[in-house]
Amino acid sequence: MASKNRSAARETWPDEIYDVLAGEQVRQVVYVPDAGHARLIDRCAANSKMKTVVLTTEEEGIGVLAGAWLGGDRGVLLMQSSGVGNCINMLSLATVCRFPLLMLVTMRGEWGEFNPWQIPMGKGTPPIFEQAGVMTFRIDERAAAAETVEAAARIAFNGDRAAAVLISQRVIGTKSFK
Amino acid sequence: MAKPAKSPVATLERRAVMRRLVKGRKDLLIVSGLGSTTYDLAASGDNPRNFYLWGAMGAAAMIGLGLALAQPKKRVLVVTGDGEMLMGLGGLATIGVQQPANLAVVVLDNERYAETGLQQTHTAHGIDLPAIATATGFRTVGLVRDEAGLKAALPMIHKALGPVFITIKVTADRPPFVLPSRDGVYLKNRFREAVLGAP
Repeated sequence: MASKNRSAARETWPDEIYDVLAGEQVRQVVYVPDAGHARLIDRCAANSKMKTVVLTTEEEGIGVLAGAWLGGDRGVLLMQSSGVGNCINMLSLATVCRFPLLMLVTMRGEWGEFNPWQIPMGKGTPPIFEQAGVMTFRIDERAAAAETVEAAARIAFNGDRAAAVLISQRVIGTKSFK
Repeated sequence: MAKPAKSPVATLERRAVMRRLVKGRKDLLIVSGLGSTTYDLAASGDNPRNFYLWGAMGAAAMIGLGLALAQPKKRVLVVTGDGEMLMGLGGLATIGVQQPANLAVVVLDNERYAETGLQQTHTAHGIDLPAIATATGFRTVGLVRDEAGLKAALPMIHKALGPVFITIKVTADRPPFVLPSRDGVYLKNRFREAVLGAP
Protein backbone atom coordinates (compact mmCIF):
# COMPACT_ATOMS: atom_id res chain seq x y z
CA MET A 1 0.00 0.00 0.00
CA ALA A 2 1.50 3.29 -1.12
CA SER A 3 0.65 5.43 1.87
CA LYS A 4 3.10 8.13 0.79
CA ASN A 5 1.00 8.79 -2.27
CA ARG A 6 -2.25 9.08 -0.33
CA SER A 7 -2.77 12.74 -0.96
CA ALA A 8 -1.20 12.76 -4.41
CA ALA A 9 -3.96 11.01 -6.34
CA ARG A 10 -7.69 11.48 -5.96
CA GLU A 11 -9.13 8.56 -4.02
CA THR A 12 -11.59 6.52 -6.02
CA TRP A 13 -12.72 3.98 -3.42
CA PRO A 14 -15.46 6.20 -1.94
CA ASP A 15 -16.84 6.69 -5.46
CA GLU A 16 -16.75 2.95 -6.05
CA ILE A 17 -18.70 2.37 -2.82
CA TYR A 18 -21.18 5.05 -3.91
CA ASP A 19 -21.69 3.26 -7.22
CA VAL A 20 -22.45 0.02 -5.39
CA LEU A 21 -25.01 1.75 -3.12
CA ALA A 22 -26.68 3.42 -6.09
CA GLY A 23 -26.72 0.12 -7.97
CA GLU A 24 -28.29 -1.63 -4.99
CA GLN A 25 -31.14 0.95 -5.04
CA VAL A 26 -30.25 2.36 -1.62
CA ARG A 27 -32.72 5.17 -0.90
CA GLN A 28 -31.99 6.29 2.68
CA VAL A 29 -28.45 7.13 3.74
CA VAL A 30 -28.27 7.81 7.48
CA TYR A 31 -25.08 8.85 9.20
CA VAL A 32 -23.05 10.41 11.92
CA PRO A 33 -20.22 11.90 9.88
CA ASP A 34 -16.69 10.60 9.79
CA ALA A 35 -13.86 12.09 7.79
CA GLY A 36 -13.48 8.72 6.06
CA HIS A 37 -17.09 8.90 4.85
CA ALA A 38 -16.98 12.56 3.80
CA ARG A 39 -16.82 12.00 0.06
CA LEU A 40 -19.39 9.20 0.11
CA ILE A 41 -21.82 11.42 2.06
CA ASP A 42 -21.34 14.21 -0.49
CA ARG A 43 -21.98 11.85 -3.39
CA CYS A 44 -25.15 10.48 -1.78
CA ALA A 45 -26.43 13.97 -0.95
CA ALA A 46 -26.02 14.94 -4.61
CA ASN A 47 -28.27 12.04 -5.75
CA SER A 48 -31.90 13.20 -5.73
CA LYS A 49 -33.11 9.60 -5.36
CA MET A 50 -31.25 9.25 -2.05
CA LYS A 51 -32.50 10.82 1.17
CA THR A 52 -29.61 11.68 3.48
CA VAL A 53 -30.39 11.83 7.20
CA VAL A 54 -27.89 13.27 9.66
CA LEU A 55 -28.29 11.67 13.10
CA THR A 56 -27.48 12.96 16.57
CA THR A 57 -26.29 9.48 17.61
CA GLU A 58 -25.75 6.29 15.64
CA GLU A 59 -28.47 4.13 17.18
CA GLU A 60 -31.09 6.47 15.74
CA GLY A 61 -30.05 5.15 12.34
CA ILE A 62 -31.02 1.57 13.18
CA GLY A 63 -34.54 2.80 13.92
CA VAL A 64 -34.72 4.97 10.80
CA LEU A 65 -33.61 2.10 8.57
CA ALA A 66 -36.13 -0.27 10.19
CA GLY A 67 -38.86 2.22 9.34
CA ALA A 68 -37.41 2.66 5.86
CA TRP A 69 -37.66 -1.09 5.24
CA LEU A 70 -41.23 -1.20 6.58
CA GLY A 71 -42.04 1.42 3.95
CA GLY A 72 -40.13 -0.28 1.13
CA ASP A 73 -36.85 1.67 1.13
CA ARG A 74 -33.38 0.16 1.32
CA GLY A 75 -30.87 2.08 3.40
CA VAL A 76 -27.35 2.24 4.74
CA LEU A 77 -25.91 3.48 8.06
CA LEU A 78 -22.53 5.23 7.92
CA MET A 79 -20.53 5.72 11.10
CA GLN A 80 -17.11 5.38 12.68
CA SER A 81 -16.13 2.65 15.11
CA SER A 82 -16.81 4.77 18.20
CA GLY A 83 -20.45 4.88 17.12
CA VAL A 84 -20.78 1.11 17.21
CA GLY A 85 -20.77 1.22 20.99
CA ASN A 86 -23.77 3.54 20.90
CA CYS A 87 -25.73 0.97 18.86
CA ILE A 88 -25.52 -2.13 21.04
CA ASN A 89 -29.06 -2.37 22.45
CA MET A 90 -30.61 -1.00 19.26
CA LEU A 91 -29.04 -3.79 17.20
CA SER A 92 -31.66 -6.05 18.81
CA LEU A 93 -34.31 -4.28 16.70
CA ALA A 94 -32.55 -5.42 13.53
CA THR A 95 -31.67 -8.93 14.67
CA VAL A 96 -34.98 -9.82 16.39
CA CYS A 97 -37.07 -8.59 13.45
CA ARG A 98 -34.49 -9.60 10.85
CA PHE A 99 -34.43 -6.17 9.28
CA PRO A 100 -31.83 -5.79 6.55
CA LEU A 101 -29.22 -3.49 8.11
CA LEU A 102 -26.21 -2.50 6.05
CA MET A 103 -23.56 -0.60 8.04
CA LEU A 104 -20.33 0.90 6.75
CA VAL A 105 -17.95 1.54 9.63
CA THR A 106 -14.75 3.51 9.27
CA MET A 107 -12.29 2.14 11.81
CA ARG A 108 -10.38 4.30 14.25
CA GLY A 109 -8.12 3.24 17.06
CA GLU A 110 -6.11 0.73 15.09
CA TRP A 111 -3.58 1.48 12.32
CA GLY A 112 -1.31 4.25 13.56
CA GLU A 113 -3.93 5.88 15.79
CA PHE A 114 -2.82 9.11 17.51
CA ASN A 115 -5.81 9.44 19.87
CA PRO A 116 -5.87 6.78 22.61
CA TRP A 117 -9.56 7.47 23.31
CA GLN A 118 -10.38 5.80 19.98
CA ILE A 119 -8.66 2.54 20.87
CA PRO A 120 -11.36 0.89 23.06
CA MET A 121 -14.01 0.91 20.32
CA GLY A 122 -11.39 0.16 17.68
CA LYS A 123 -10.64 -3.06 19.52
CA GLY A 124 -14.23 -3.61 20.60
CA THR A 125 -16.05 -3.21 17.31
CA PRO A 126 -15.42 -6.69 15.77
CA PRO A 127 -16.28 -8.76 18.89
CA ILE A 128 -19.27 -6.56 19.75
CA PHE A 129 -20.75 -7.06 16.29
CA GLU A 130 -20.00 -10.79 16.51
CA GLN A 131 -21.78 -11.09 19.87
CA ALA A 132 -24.73 -9.05 18.64
CA GLY A 133 -25.25 -11.37 15.67
CA VAL A 134 -24.02 -8.97 12.98
CA MET A 135 -22.05 -10.42 10.06
CA THR A 136 -18.84 -8.49 9.47
CA PHE A 137 -16.75 -7.95 6.37
CA ARG A 138 -13.46 -6.11 6.29
CA ILE A 139 -11.77 -3.84 3.77
CA ASP A 140 -7.99 -3.72 4.24
CA GLU A 141 -7.13 -2.68 0.69
CA ARG A 142 -8.77 -0.04 -1.42
CA ALA A 143 -9.05 -2.32 -4.41
CA ALA A 144 -11.41 -4.56 -2.41
CA ALA A 145 -13.80 -1.77 -1.33
CA ALA A 146 -16.53 -2.11 -3.96
CA GLU A 147 -16.76 -5.89 -4.02
CA THR A 148 -16.82 -6.10 -0.23
CA VAL A 149 -19.64 -3.55 0.10
CA GLU A 150 -21.54 -5.33 -2.65
CA ALA A 151 -21.16 -8.68 -0.91
CA ALA A 152 -22.38 -7.24 2.40
CA ALA A 153 -25.29 -5.42 0.73
CA ARG A 154 -26.48 -8.65 -0.87
CA ILE A 155 -26.30 -10.50 2.44
CA ALA A 156 -28.26 -7.68 4.10
CA PHE A 157 -30.98 -7.12 1.51
CA ASN A 158 -31.40 -10.67 0.22
CA GLY A 159 -30.78 -12.44 3.51
CA ASP A 160 -32.64 -10.06 5.83
CA ARG A 161 -29.57 -9.77 8.02
CA ALA A 162 -27.46 -7.17 9.75
CA ALA A 163 -24.13 -6.85 7.94
CA ALA A 164 -21.28 -4.47 8.70
CA VAL A 165 -18.32 -3.54 6.53
CA LEU A 166 -15.33 -2.43 8.59
CA ILE A 167 -13.15 -0.09 6.58
CA SER A 168 -9.60 -0.23 7.92
CA GLN A 169 -7.90 2.91 9.13
CA ARG A 170 -5.12 1.89 6.78
CA VAL A 171 -7.50 2.40 3.84
CA ILE A 172 -8.85 5.72 5.08
CA GLY A 173 -5.53 7.15 6.15
CA THR A 174 -4.48 7.97 9.68
CA LYS A 175 -5.89 11.27 10.94
CA SER A 176 -3.23 13.93 11.18
CA PHE A 177 -3.20 16.23 14.20
CA LYS A 178 -0.54 18.50 12.70
CA MET B 1 -33.10 29.03 37.91
CA ALA B 2 -36.48 28.07 39.33
CA LYS B 3 -37.51 24.45 39.27
CA PRO B 4 -40.34 23.87 36.75
CA ALA B 5 -43.82 23.55 38.23
CA LYS B 6 -45.45 20.14 38.53
CA SER B 7 -48.38 19.28 36.29
CA PRO B 8 -52.02 19.43 37.35
CA VAL B 9 -53.67 16.02 37.87
CA ALA B 10 -54.43 14.32 34.52
CA THR B 11 -57.96 13.21 33.69
CA LEU B 12 -57.76 11.41 30.33
CA GLU B 13 -57.45 7.61 30.34
CA ARG B 14 -54.82 6.14 27.98
CA ARG B 15 -56.93 3.36 26.45
CA ALA B 16 -59.79 5.74 25.69
CA VAL B 17 -57.31 8.17 24.09
CA MET B 18 -55.79 5.41 21.94
CA ARG B 19 -59.25 4.34 20.72
CA ARG B 20 -59.88 7.93 19.62
CA LEU B 21 -56.50 8.12 17.86
CA VAL B 22 -57.15 5.04 15.72
CA LYS B 23 -60.86 5.65 15.02
CA GLY B 24 -61.54 5.72 11.27
CA ARG B 25 -57.85 5.08 10.58
CA LYS B 26 -58.12 3.71 7.00
CA ASP B 27 -54.52 3.31 5.74
CA LEU B 28 -52.90 5.14 8.66
CA LEU B 29 -49.54 3.54 9.57
CA ILE B 30 -48.89 3.32 13.32
CA VAL B 31 -45.72 2.60 15.31
CA SER B 32 -46.13 2.07 19.07
CA GLY B 33 -43.37 2.41 21.64
CA LEU B 34 -42.52 -0.43 23.97
CA GLY B 35 -44.58 -0.90 27.10
CA SER B 36 -47.98 0.57 27.72
CA THR B 37 -48.54 2.18 24.33
CA THR B 38 -47.98 -1.17 22.60
CA TYR B 39 -50.64 -2.73 24.86
CA ASP B 40 -52.94 0.27 24.27
CA LEU B 41 -52.59 -0.06 20.51
CA ALA B 42 -53.30 -3.82 20.64
CA ALA B 43 -56.33 -3.14 22.85
CA SER B 44 -57.69 -0.70 20.29
CA GLY B 45 -57.80 -3.49 17.69
CA ASP B 46 -55.03 -5.42 15.97
CA ASN B 47 -54.16 -4.31 12.43
CA PRO B 48 -51.36 -5.27 10.03
CA ARG B 49 -50.54 -1.56 9.69
CA ASN B 50 -49.51 -1.54 13.37
CA PHE B 51 -45.83 -2.03 14.17
CA TYR B 52 -45.55 -2.81 17.87
CA LEU B 53 -42.25 -2.36 19.66
CA TRP B 54 -41.38 -4.70 22.52
CA GLY B 55 -37.86 -3.31 22.90
CA ALA B 56 -35.53 -0.85 21.17
CA MET B 57 -36.41 1.82 23.73
CA GLY B 58 -36.02 5.28 22.24
CA ALA B 59 -36.52 4.14 18.62
CA ALA B 60 -40.25 4.64 18.06
CA ALA B 61 -40.02 8.14 16.60
CA MET B 62 -37.01 7.15 14.48
CA ILE B 63 -38.88 4.20 12.96
CA GLY B 64 -41.69 6.63 12.21
CA LEU B 65 -39.20 8.94 10.48
CA GLY B 66 -37.78 6.24 8.21
CA LEU B 67 -41.30 5.06 7.38
CA ALA B 68 -42.53 8.60 6.68
CA LEU B 69 -39.59 9.24 4.34
CA ALA B 70 -40.23 5.96 2.50
CA GLN B 71 -44.01 6.53 2.21
CA PRO B 72 -44.43 10.29 1.86
CA LYS B 73 -48.04 9.99 0.63
CA LYS B 74 -49.22 8.02 3.67
CA ARG B 75 -49.81 9.42 7.15
CA VAL B 76 -47.50 7.95 9.78
CA LEU B 77 -48.42 8.10 13.46
CA VAL B 78 -46.00 7.26 16.26
CA VAL B 79 -47.65 6.75 19.65
CA THR B 80 -45.27 6.30 22.51
CA GLY B 81 -44.81 7.00 26.20
CA ASP B 82 -42.92 9.78 27.94
CA GLY B 83 -40.14 7.45 29.15
CA GLU B 84 -39.60 6.01 25.68
CA MET B 85 -39.56 9.47 24.10
CA LEU B 86 -37.14 10.81 26.71
CA MET B 87 -34.64 8.09 25.78
CA GLY B 88 -34.55 9.33 22.19
CA LEU B 89 -34.71 13.10 22.54
CA GLY B 90 -31.94 13.61 20.00
CA GLY B 91 -34.22 12.01 17.44
CA LEU B 92 -36.54 15.01 17.66
CA ALA B 93 -33.69 17.13 16.27
CA THR B 94 -33.15 14.55 13.53
CA ILE B 95 -36.85 14.78 12.58
CA GLY B 96 -36.63 18.57 12.71
CA VAL B 97 -33.93 18.54 10.04
CA GLN B 98 -35.95 16.26 7.74
CA GLN B 99 -39.33 18.01 8.18
CA PRO B 100 -41.50 15.03 7.18
CA ALA B 101 -44.91 16.57 6.39
CA ASN B 102 -46.69 13.23 6.95
CA LEU B 103 -45.32 12.33 10.39
CA ALA B 104 -47.11 12.83 13.72
CA VAL B 105 -45.57 11.87 17.08
CA VAL B 106 -48.00 11.55 19.99
CA VAL B 107 -46.73 11.01 23.53
CA LEU B 108 -49.17 9.52 26.02
CA ASP B 109 -47.59 11.16 29.04
CA ASN B 110 -48.42 9.63 32.43
CA GLU B 111 -45.21 11.08 33.90
CA ARG B 112 -44.24 7.56 34.96
CA TYR B 113 -42.19 4.53 33.96
CA ALA B 114 -45.26 2.31 34.17
CA GLU B 115 -43.53 -0.96 33.29
CA THR B 116 -41.07 -0.82 36.13
CA GLY B 117 -43.22 0.30 39.05
CA LEU B 118 -44.59 3.74 38.18
CA GLN B 119 -41.42 5.65 39.03
CA GLN B 120 -41.58 9.32 38.04
CA THR B 121 -40.08 10.37 34.71
CA HIS B 122 -38.58 13.75 33.93
CA THR B 123 -41.97 15.07 32.81
CA ALA B 124 -43.23 14.63 36.39
CA HIS B 125 -40.63 17.22 37.29
CA GLY B 126 -41.82 19.69 34.68
CA ILE B 127 -39.55 18.82 31.76
CA ASP B 128 -41.51 20.13 28.80
CA LEU B 129 -41.56 17.77 25.79
CA PRO B 130 -43.71 20.04 23.57
CA ALA B 131 -41.26 22.90 24.19
CA ILE B 132 -38.41 20.62 23.12
CA ALA B 133 -40.38 19.66 20.00
CA THR B 134 -40.92 23.34 19.20
CA ALA B 135 -37.24 24.05 19.69
CA THR B 136 -36.28 21.19 17.36
CA GLY B 137 -38.37 22.41 14.44
CA PHE B 138 -41.70 20.59 14.69
CA ARG B 139 -44.28 22.58 12.72
CA THR B 140 -47.36 21.71 14.74
CA VAL B 141 -47.04 21.24 18.49
CA GLY B 142 -49.66 20.77 21.17
CA LEU B 143 -50.30 19.86 24.80
CA VAL B 144 -53.58 18.12 25.64
CA ARG B 145 -54.91 17.89 29.19
CA ASP B 146 -58.63 17.30 28.79
CA GLU B 147 -61.45 16.23 26.49
CA ALA B 148 -61.75 19.62 24.80
CA GLY B 149 -58.03 19.60 24.08
CA LEU B 150 -58.19 16.09 22.69
CA LYS B 151 -61.06 17.02 20.39
CA ALA B 152 -59.04 19.95 19.06
CA ALA B 153 -55.86 17.89 18.69
CA LEU B 154 -57.28 14.95 16.70
CA PRO B 155 -57.52 16.80 13.36
CA MET B 156 -54.00 18.16 13.93
CA ILE B 157 -52.68 14.64 14.51
CA HIS B 158 -54.32 13.28 11.37
CA LYS B 159 -54.21 16.23 8.98
CA ALA B 160 -51.91 19.08 10.03
CA LEU B 161 -48.69 19.73 8.16
CA GLY B 162 -45.98 17.73 9.86
CA PRO B 163 -43.89 17.09 11.65
CA VAL B 164 -46.54 17.15 14.37
CA PHE B 165 -45.81 16.62 18.06
CA ILE B 166 -48.60 16.31 20.61
CA THR B 167 -48.26 15.42 24.28
CA ILE B 168 -51.45 14.03 25.81
CA LYS B 169 -51.40 13.89 29.59
CA VAL B 170 -53.00 10.66 30.81
CA THR B 171 -53.71 9.13 34.20
CA ALA B 172 -51.00 6.94 35.72
CA ASP B 173 -53.10 3.81 36.04
CA ARG B 174 -52.22 0.41 34.58
CA PRO B 175 -55.05 -1.12 32.54
CA PRO B 176 -55.03 -4.92 32.05
CA PHE B 177 -52.41 -6.27 29.64
CA VAL B 178 -53.51 -6.74 26.04
CA LEU B 179 -50.54 -8.35 24.35
CA PRO B 180 -49.97 -8.35 20.59
CA SER B 181 -47.60 -10.76 18.84
CA ARG B 182 -43.98 -10.57 20.03
CA ASP B 183 -42.68 -12.12 16.81
CA GLY B 184 -40.82 -9.26 15.15
CA VAL B 185 -40.38 -11.05 11.82
CA TYR B 186 -44.12 -11.68 11.60
CA LEU B 187 -44.98 -8.10 12.52
CA LYS B 188 -42.50 -6.78 9.95
CA ASN B 189 -43.62 -9.03 7.12
CA ARG B 190 -47.35 -8.51 7.57
CA PHE B 191 -46.80 -4.74 7.78
CA ARG B 192 -44.86 -4.78 4.49
CA GLU B 193 -47.47 -6.97 2.87
CA ALA B 194 -50.22 -4.53 3.89
CA VAL B 195 -48.28 -1.48 2.69
CA LEU B 196 -46.32 -2.81 -0.28
CA GLY B 197 -48.34 -5.84 -1.37
CA ALA B 198 -45.48 -8.27 -0.66
CA PRO B 199 -43.36 -9.04 2.40
